[in-house]
Formats: sequence, C-alpha cells, structure tokens
Amino acid sequence: MNRLVATTTTTAPSAGPVAGSRTFLSRLNKGDEIARLITLLFAVSVVLVTLLLVFELWQGSALPRHKFGFNFFRTSVWDPIFDQFGALPFIYGTLVTAAVSLLIAVPLGIGAAIFLAELAPARVSDTLEFFIDLLAAVPSVIYGLLGVFIVIPLMREYIQPGLKNSLGFLPFFQGPAYGVGFLTAGIVLAIMVIPYIISVSREVLLSVPRDQREAALALGSTRWEATWKVVVPFARAGIFGSIFLALARALGETMAVTMVIGNTPAISASLFSPGYSIAAVIANEFTEATGDLYLQSLIELGLVLFLLTFILNGLARLLIVATSQKGSGTGRA
Amino acid sequence: MNPRLRWRKFVSNFMLTLTGVCAVVTVSVLFFILGYLVFHGGTSISWNFFTKLPAPVGETGGGMANAILGSAKLLLLASLLGVPIGFFGAIYLAEFSGSTMAFVVRYAADLLNGVPSIVIGIFAYGLVVLPFKHFSTLAGGFALGLMMIPITLRSTEEFLRAVPDALREGAMALGASKWKTIATIIVPAAYRGILTAILLAFARVAGETAPLLFTAFGNRFWSPGWNQPTASLPVMIFTYAIAPYEDWHRQAWAAGLVLLGLILVINIVARAILSRGIAVPRA
Amino acid sequence: MKRIAAIFLVVLGLAVALRAQSILSINGAGATFPYPMYSKWFDEYHKQHANLQINYQSIGSGGGIKQVTEGTVDFGASDGPMNDEQLKGFQDKHGFGILHFPTVLGAVVPTYNIPKVTSTLKFTPEALAGIYLGKITKWNDPVITGPNKGINLPADDIVVVHRADGSGTTYCWTDYLSKISDEWKNKVGKGTSVNWPVGLGGKGNEGVMGVVKQTPNSIGYVELIYAIQNNTPFGDVRNSSGEFVTASLAGVSAAAAGAAKNMPDDFRVSITNAPGKAAYPISTFTWLLVPEKISDAAKRDAIKGFLKWMMSDGQNYAEGLAYAKLPSPVVAKETKAIAKIQ
Repeated sequence: MNRLVATTTTTAPSAGPVAGSRTFLSRLNKGDEIARLITLLFAVSVVLVTLLLVFELWQGSALPRHKFGFNFFRTSVWDPIFDQFGALPFIYGTLVTAAVSLLIAVPLGIGAAIFLAELAPARVSDTLEFFIDLLAAVPSVIYGLLGVFIVIPLMREYIQPGLKNSLGFLPFFQGPAYGVGFLTAGIVLAIMVIPYIISVSREVLLSVPRDQREAALALGSTRWEATWKVVVPFARAGIFGSIFLALARALGETMAVTMVIGNTPAISASLFSPGYSIAAVIANEFTEATGDLYLQSLIELGLVLFLLTFILNGLARLLIVATSQKGSGTGRA
Repeated sequence: MNPRLRWRKFVSNFMLTLTGVCAVVTVSVLFFILGYLVFHGGTSISWNFFTKLPAPVGETGGGMANAILGSAKLLLLASLLGVPIGFFGAIYLAEFSGSTMAFVVRYAADLLNGVPSIVIGIFAYGLVVLPFKHFSTLAGGFALGLMMIPITLRSTEEFLRAVPDALREGAMALGASKWKTIATIIVPAAYRGILTAILLAFARVAGETAPLLFTAFGNRFWSPGWNQPTASLPVMIFTYAIAPYEDWHRQAWAAGLVLLGLILVINIVARAILSRGIAVPRA
Repeated sequence: MKRIAAIFLVVLGLAVALRAQSILSINGAGATFPYPMYSKWFDEYHKQHANLQINYQSIGSGGGIKQVTEGTVDFGASDGPMNDEQLKGFQDKHGFGILHFPTVLGAVVPTYNIPKVTSTLKFTPEALAGIYLGKITKWNDPVITGPNKGINLPADDIVVVHRADGSGTTYCWTDYLSKISDEWKNKVGKGTSVNWPVGLGGKGNEGVMGVVKQTPNSIGYVELIYAIQNNTPFGDVRNSSGEFVTASLAGVSAAAAGAAKNMPDDFRVSITNAPGKAAYPISTFTWLLVPEKISDAAKRDAIKGFLKWMMSDGQNYAEGLAYAKLPSPVVAKETKAIAKIQ
C-alpha cells in the first residue's frame, strides 16, 4: 500500500523568509496548511456558535432587563395580562426541586459509589457501573412517562398521606395531597441524577492512592473508618464536583419536571404544593408568549438558567480535575 | 476483644452493608424501569403502531409511523451537523492547535454541553425558525446537532490524543505529511473510540424532547421534505402521556419502549466496541 | 461500504426532497378546544385531496395567535378572538390584516372527579367563581350543596385545575366569570392567560382533562367533547334566566341565536351568559385566523377551498363530536367573507 510519500523536503529552503523545512510554502505544498485551516474552521465554528448563543440570550432579554432590573428576581407575580413578570416562583421551584433531589440522591449515590469503589470485587463493580451508566442514558421524557403513571399515583395514594400522618407537624408536609408537586419532581429528579454522582464519585474514589488506605488500616482502623475518615475526605473535592454536576443536570431538566410538578407558579414551604420551574415554564409558555415583554421575560429566564448551570459545571470540573490529579494510584484495597 | 472495638467493628459492617444496599437500590431502579416499560410497552406495540399515522383525536387505531420516520430524519440531520464539526474540530485540537486556542475551543465546547436543552431550543427557534418562517425538520436537526457537537468533540479528542506518539513520529520519519498521517494512521488507530463517541452522542440526542418543542414542532401527517414541521417519538410520548385518552397512553408506552430500546442498544454496542481497546489496524 | 452508505444517503435525501414537491403542506396551530373537530376535518379533507396536508398542532389559542403573527404557520386558531392590540400588532408586522372565520360552536363545561359522586351536579355562577377564586375550598360548602340537595358531597378539599398554557378556553371561562362576578373581574380579569388565584396547571384541554381524570376531588373546565370522550361527569350551569342548563348542542345554539342575527363584520363576538331560557351560559364560537393576504397562490386556493368545504360539508361532522353547527346567517356572511382573502 503506497500510503507514505518519500520526499526530500528537509533540504533546500525555498526563497522564503524563514529557512528550514517547515516553511509556509512547503507546508502548503503538502496540503498540511489546508488541513490545518479546515480543521481550524470547524473548531472555531464551535466557539462562534457558543458565542452566538450567549449573545442571543443576552440580546433577546433586553426589554425585561431594562424594565425590571433586579426586581425580576424579587417579584413573584407572573401576569401576562398586566405585563408583570417576576421570576421568583420559577427560581424557587427550580432550586427546591433540585435541593430535594440532592437530599435523596447524594446519600444514596455516595453510598453506592463507596460500595463500588471499596468493597465490590472489580468485576462486580464494573458490571454494576455498566448498568448505572445505562440509567444515565434513559431520556428525560421516559422518566416523565414513569412519573405520570407510577410516581404520581404512588405519591397521592401512599407516600404523601403517609408523610402527612407521621411528619405532618413540619411545614414541609402539609397541605392537600395532589400527587404532583415539589416532592414528586424532586424524587423523579433524584433518580435521574444519581448515576452522575455514582460514576464520578466512583472514579475519584478509585484514584485515591492505595497507601492512604493501607496506612489507615495499618494504624488499626476498621474498613469503614479507613474509608470514611481517610479515603472519602481525600476525594472530597471530586465528590463535591459530582454533586455540582448532578445539580446542574437537575436544574436544567425540563420534560420530567413539567410532567409532575403541577405547573403552578406558587411559592410554598410545603413540598406537597404544586410548583413551577424555569425550564418547565419556558416549555409551556414559549410558543404562545404574545408581546415582546412576555417573550423576552421567558428568554431572560433561560439566560438565568444558563448562567446557573454554567457556573456549576465550571466549579464541578475544577473540583474533579483537582482531585484526580491529587490522587494517582489505583485505590483498590 | 474490648467492647469499644466490638462496637467499631459493628459500625463498620453495618455501614458497609448499607452502601451495598445503596448500590442494589440504584441498580434495581434501572431494572424496574426497564421491566415496567417492557411490560406496558410490549403489550401496546402493534403493527398499527409502526405503520399507521395518528388517528383523529379520540379515535383509536392510530400509530406513530410518521414520528418514527421524523425522528430518523432529525437524527440524520443532527449527525450531519454534529459529527463533522466534532470530528474535525477534535483533529484540530489534538494535532494542530496551540494551547490557547485549544483552551478556548474546549471551554466553548464544555459551555455548549452544559446549556440546558430547552435553552438550545430557544436558540434554534430564533436562529432557524423565525428567519425561515417555518417550523421544520431543519430547525430540529440543527438544535439536536448543536447538542451532539461537544460530546463528539471532546471524546474524539481524547481518543486521538491516546494514540501513541510513536506512530506519529514513525510516519513523520518516513516523510509523510501531517494530514496524511492523520488520515491514514492516527484516525484509523483511534477509530473504535471515535465510533463510540459518535454513537454515544447519537444516543444522547435521540431521546431529547425539549429542543424539539419549538423547532420541529409536530405533524399529524408525513412530513414532506426537510422544511416542514415533523412529528418525533419523544414529543409524541410527551403529548400522548399528558392527554386523557387511554389509547394514546398505550401508544406512549409503546413509543417509550421503542425509544429506550434503541438508546440502550446503541449504548451497549458503543461500550462493547470500546472495551475491545484501541487497536491499530493491520497494514 | 462507505460508498454504498454515501449513495444511500444521497438518494434518501433526494427522495425526501422530491416527494416534498408533490405535496402541498399547510401548517396551522392554535386552540385545543376544537382540536377533535379540526383533526377530524383535516383528516377527511386529506382523504379527499390526497396531495394536500393540513397539519394542525394544538398548542393553545395563545400559541395560535402568536405563531400566525410571527408567520411561522399559515393560519391560526383561537377561541378567544384577537383583541384590538393583537390585531394591530399583526397589521403593523405584516402590512395587512388578519381575518376571523368562525368554524363551530362549543361549550365549556365544569368537569369533575369526585369519588362516589356519579350524578350531575348543578353549579351556580357564585359557586364556580368562588371555587376558582379559592374562596370555596371544600366540596360540601353550602354554596355548592345548595342546589344539589340529595347528593352526598364529601368534606374534602377541592383540587382546582386550570390551563397552564395560553388558552381560548380560558378566555371563554374567564370571560364568563368576569360577567357574573365583579370580584373576579377586578381581581383576575379575562384573557387567554391569567394570574390564577389557585389551582394546578394542565397543558391544553387534553392536559386539564388528564389531570382531572387522575386526581380525585378535582374540578376543571374543558370543552364538552373532552368530557364526553373521557366519560367524566360535567355539571349543569345556571344561566342568566335562572335555569340550570346542561351543556348541549341545543343550549349552545340557543346562546348563539342573538349573536347570529347581529354578527359584526369581523365575526368577533362573545356569547357567554347569553340571554334566553335554553341558552347554555358558557358557550363560544371558535375561529380560524387567516391572514388577509397569502402570497403563495397554491396555499391561498387550498385554504379558501377548505374554508368553503368547512362551511358546507364540514359542518355535518360537527354534531357527531358534540360541537354545534354554525347558524345559517353566519355561514352566509362568512361565505362572502372568504373573498377577502387575497
């Protein structure tokens, strides 16, 4: 196969300004420059389209930014008839559902990650990780489907009344049991984000050097103490990173949330109350927002969501990279 | 054994068992989802589902044939946009770029990756639907393609970088130009990983609903051409699931099974390809 | 192998593009209220004209108005007529106006899901306003039980369901509530999208019906056909003459009788709380919104052709789906108005 070309271009500099084999002309002759330019074009297009997106979000929300300023984030009235748009109920709903989902997903996720990284034999760990990665691949609308037909009736018939009876003195578990609401959305989101916590936490736990663990054991700690007091703290930053990643996913989730949250811009301490999230209100009202202020207020909500996830993803990456570089060995005890 | 040690040992065993419980619970959820979907979806799948168009509201006997084709067209367009940009962009990052440009491009890709899918929908609406005055397969494909770019880009870059430098140096020593090296040595060496990256990106966008809500919109009929609104499986699932008609619920389950089946199969195949390692093809 | 794949893709692309040439595709979007009617009509019309596809997406009247104004769909549909500001907005944007064409008449009914209550409840205007204002919170409130002696209503909380999206059905409902309750008029007002004092949101008539069906002790407002198709009970409403009327074709037609004689030229009327002993108080026309100028000749002729068919043969499908036919004076006036589409 004549794939390689034998040339002698390492000699005889052409009449160009720089002597040496890799002059512009020689690169051009070999087609390398063209290749470089073409691939550069594609790479730059990524940057351009991202910049364009941010620009569109910024420009597209100019009206409400000028009209409401920071009050946009403090008012809770969303009234298209009287042109009053306050983002507070949606921010509240987004944050509350995300918080509930993390409260459920973090203990479960870290627990499972510890099991996979520390206890399970390599084969079992890899197999279980495989299945957990599949869970991450399930699309959001399918979670929504299951939420509507399984979780909502379960919540309405058993879980919400149960919580009301046992913990009803807390403000979180009061009010009628609709089945939909913050708690339901939080539970569905928890299932969606657990795989992210598990797979990243497992990775960083595995990267903790063996000697850390062995030193702890040598000093007489039990396996749990070695894990919880030595290994996990070592990987703490990475685990936090996984939590931020999960949080970013939960914040931006649209379909599953809008199918189970109740679609009502309400701010309530009760988790049984129906609510709304930023992504859900955009999905429901975008195609019908008559009037520029209305539409642009929705776009400003999109901008807010974008900024939130942007910051979280950035932090997550920093933490995860920092932890992976700190640890280096295969941490299997 | 002193009592304190006994207690510590007990705590240790208890907590470690608890972590095992966590792992089992998580994995059982997956199997539960799959099982439920197979049961409900399986009993609803029929020949009608694959071949018929949607029936008028309230009537039974309709299907999702147009949604299946619509999803296929959307994913085709998405791949045409996402794969070349991701692939060639990754080649630039791995082979040509300096560190500043690389940082900028990677940063932009990660930013794009983190954008919530509904916001991508807003962007595609403003960029494609409004100027063309049409909801269309093009707009939907564009939105999905945008989402494919970062995944393809970053993963392909990783796999290109993983190709040993010895191969590059050997080619250079024999006088090959850079682009020839890339085309004939490096990319083939990394092809398993690149294929995996493309498949995973594909599977990721196959299930996306939100970006299609105001781009591809929806269609009760076959969508002719590329410039008309089109039905798609995820959007149909959403529309049918929140409606009151039993027949529509059954169709939603069937569609959910088909969609999830497709995505899981792609994921499994992709990982199988990758797990055989990065191999250099024989010359 | 790669070559085969490439050829296949090119052929596929061409085939899809070529097929596009022979089919005329018209897109419309809007109200969910008449969606069962429209989906039946467009399906039938397509059977008669195989090269014409009229694709209608039910995204709510608000969406219909918005998208037809943006120009992303060829026609819109709404059960809340466009107000002057929206008409002006369209005119400013396009340089020509937009026309309203009534298609059918329908009824908005209060449908409910109360375990063990299968009989038909009677609702007074005060009851409906009170429930939706959040002032009446339990099913056994005296305002509700008053006209329903003999029916055992539970002491449970009422789950109120409304629309989460911009809706002409909402327009009709809130228009009615504004007429019979000053408190509603001042506090909430009428529109396609209002600031609801209480309740859960469902997307489209379908979504509201779905939530009501699955939530015990709930009440929602939907177009009559949705309650019928889903076998859910719906209540009688007391009209302005003091009669409790069950929503029906006769009741809706009676409500439209007055308007039929005095139909304005732009066809925008409200027939809620209409006078007459047999009139059902929460009735409404529903309209197709068609731009005055359609530059594509094929589309223009297709839309005009459909409108003519809709007003003649199409009306025969209405009653089977619990929509009332257009009164004949209205049809006559509309047929003349079709000529306005240039």
